[in-house]
Amino acid sequence: MKARYNAKKLHVRLSGKEILHGLDFEARSGELTAIIGPNGSGKTTLMRALSNDIAWTGEILINGAELKRLPAAELAARRAVLPQMSVLSFPFTVHEVVELGLRAGVAGAEVARGRNLVGEALEKVDLNGFGGRIYQELSGGEQQRVQLARVLCQIWAQADDGEPKWLLLDEPVSSLDIRHQLAIMDVAREHAGQGGVIAVMHDLNLTAMYADRVYVLDGGRVVASGSPRQVLTAQTLSEVFGCALKVDAVPGDDVPFILPQAAGGVGAVVPR
Amino acid sequence: MKQARPALLATLAGTGNGRSMSLTQNIQHARMIATRRSQADGDRSATARRAIMLLAAVLLVVAMFSLFQGASDASALAVIKSWLGLDGGYAVTTRDRVVIEAIRAPRMAMAMLVGAALAVAGAVMQGLFRNPLADPGIVGTTSGASLGAVAVIVLGETLFAPFTALLGSFALPVAAFIGALVVTLALYRIATNSGATSVAMLLLAGIAMAALANALTGLLIFMSDDQQLRDLNFWLLGSLAGATWVKVWTAGPIILAALLFMPSLAHGLNCIVLGEAAAGHMGVPVQRLKAVAVVLIAAIVGAAVAVSGGIGFVGIVVPHLLRLAIGPNHRYLLPASALLGASLLLLADIVSRTIVAPAELPIGIVTALFGTPFFFWILLRRRGLLGF
Repeated sequence: MKARYNAKKLHVRLSGKEILHGLDFEARSGELTAIIGPNGSGKTTLMRALSNDIAWTGEILINGAELKRLPAAELAARRAVLPQMSVLSFPFTVHEVVELGLRAGVAGAEVARGRNLVGEALEKVDLNGFGGRIYQELSGGEQQRVQLARVLCQIWAQADDGEPKWLLLDEPVSSLDIRHQLAIMDVAREHAGQGGVIAVMHDLNLTAMYADRVYVLDGGRVVASGSPRQVLTAQTLSEVFGCALKVDAVPGDDVPFILPQAAGGVGAVVPR
Repeated sequence: MKQARPALLATLAGTGNGRSMSLTQNIQHARMIATRRSQADGDRSATARRAIMLLAAVLLVVAMFSLFQGASDASALAVIKSWLGLDGGYAVTTRDRVVIEAIRAPRMAMAMLVGAALAVAGAVMQGLFRNPLADPGIVGTTSGASLGAVAVIVLGETLFAPFTALLGSFALPVAAFIGALVVTLALYRIATNSGATSVAMLLLAGIAMAALANALTGLLIFMSDDQQLRDLNFWLLGSLAGATWVKVWTAGPIILAALLFMPSLAHGLNCIVLGEAAAGHMGVPVQRLKAVAVVLIAAIVGAAVAVSGGIGFVGIVVPHLLRLAIGPNHRYLLPASALLGASLLLLADIVSRTIVAPAELPIGIVTALFGTPFFFWILLRRRGLLGF
């Protein structure tokens, strides 16, 4: 029996304007669920509602428990959220930022005792040896990976109570180079196997590669949902994004194209 | 933070977008300290613990020094020996005993309490507003507390008679607390919109708030009589000259209780550095944290102002220096701020009462003289950070 992170009849109003119009959404444990759609379609708003950042009406359940009834710490023990962009006002080291994740949630540091979770998380996001660097000094892509390491630490530090732990990723690869896009999506994929992942995605190719289930949003409504093969059709995408798109088509003229689908393993060609 | 913003505000705002900026003085300096002092993996907690022990030792030395230094030649050593029963039969003169026990000792205790209070209030406020330039003295909290205190002094026997009758010697600190609380709460309301604090709004609203509180204070001073004016003079510049054990016992419990409670906010303040939403995602009850922090800031600033007037710059200098030395982790920053704040104010007090002895300089002048150049230094380094 799969656990779910789901929303029913979800309405969100922001400054008087309704952004989400009674939307139904369901993510299953063991899967990576992607949310795609054009700018302003409500992807990020849906994500913020799912992570309980903004006021919403309807019903959101995490592993069957009502989101609104869970105290912040209980909720943090069940799901971690990767923000789009984080600006820090004080010179924390990378180690200190990632370590914050260890003390999040309920059990927190107890689980981490005796393990170098910070080091493991940094290794996972390809930032080995970055612990002593000052966060602000890193590039945008590196900062994003530090945040992912922090979020992984939060998940890892929670006691294993049999409930799946959810990872909510808001455009996790938006400022990454292609190697790290693949590396980070591999991490997300790996976590989806042990818990569940919900990700707002811009890159349709990566969505096709990594998602088990795709929700297409437009104008605050779900216009299609299902497996990438079912959802990512020329007709749906063309309608939603408002431009003629083809799927599985090879460009005719002599323009090079590079697809993540065709990439070898991360680090396979040019080792670090 | 929005990119397009008038230059001055951007400087004041300070939280640069680290991504669009290249290496800067500020960060290079912090990194230099970080790499020099910390273990390779970026965990500065051991350094911070050592620094706290060092600061405690320094405070002890400075505190003893302040007992020994003063306009009078009273021998602190003799008095301390007699306290310990080691006076070897020599009777300490009553004059020496009075100077040490009734003048220097309460003054030492008060300087430590007020210094610790102002430094910790600054550190917590900077964490809460996510900005190294937030300080009770700059955003109007101190002005609010002064207004409360001055109102009690001027109107205590007329308009506020029931209030002073009810609270007795606590009327002053309670009024200062209320003044500080009102300003801080209003500031938070104005500067924070749906979970995000606008630093430009914070500083502008703070300046406006301080101006309003200062105007009202000025109005009260205008209304006051000669005797009240003498009492008020003390508020204008900040001074520890009036230190008595009664004042120490009035403000001390409030400040100590708040200081002991502060460490429980440390993890929340660390998380809030990532933003209020991110802190919430990590299980921090953000609204409660903010409410508790604001009340605590108001309590200790109110108590400090009630006994010493508005002493500026401790709250901005101390946490900033410590962040450079031990990093911004509040678990260590808060206790270290308390210790260094206490030491610095003791030193400032020693300067203020010995430099023109037997007269003395109000301590507010001393902290402002040393604090202002430091404040400009921070501003100019921030200018480098913002790239203009």
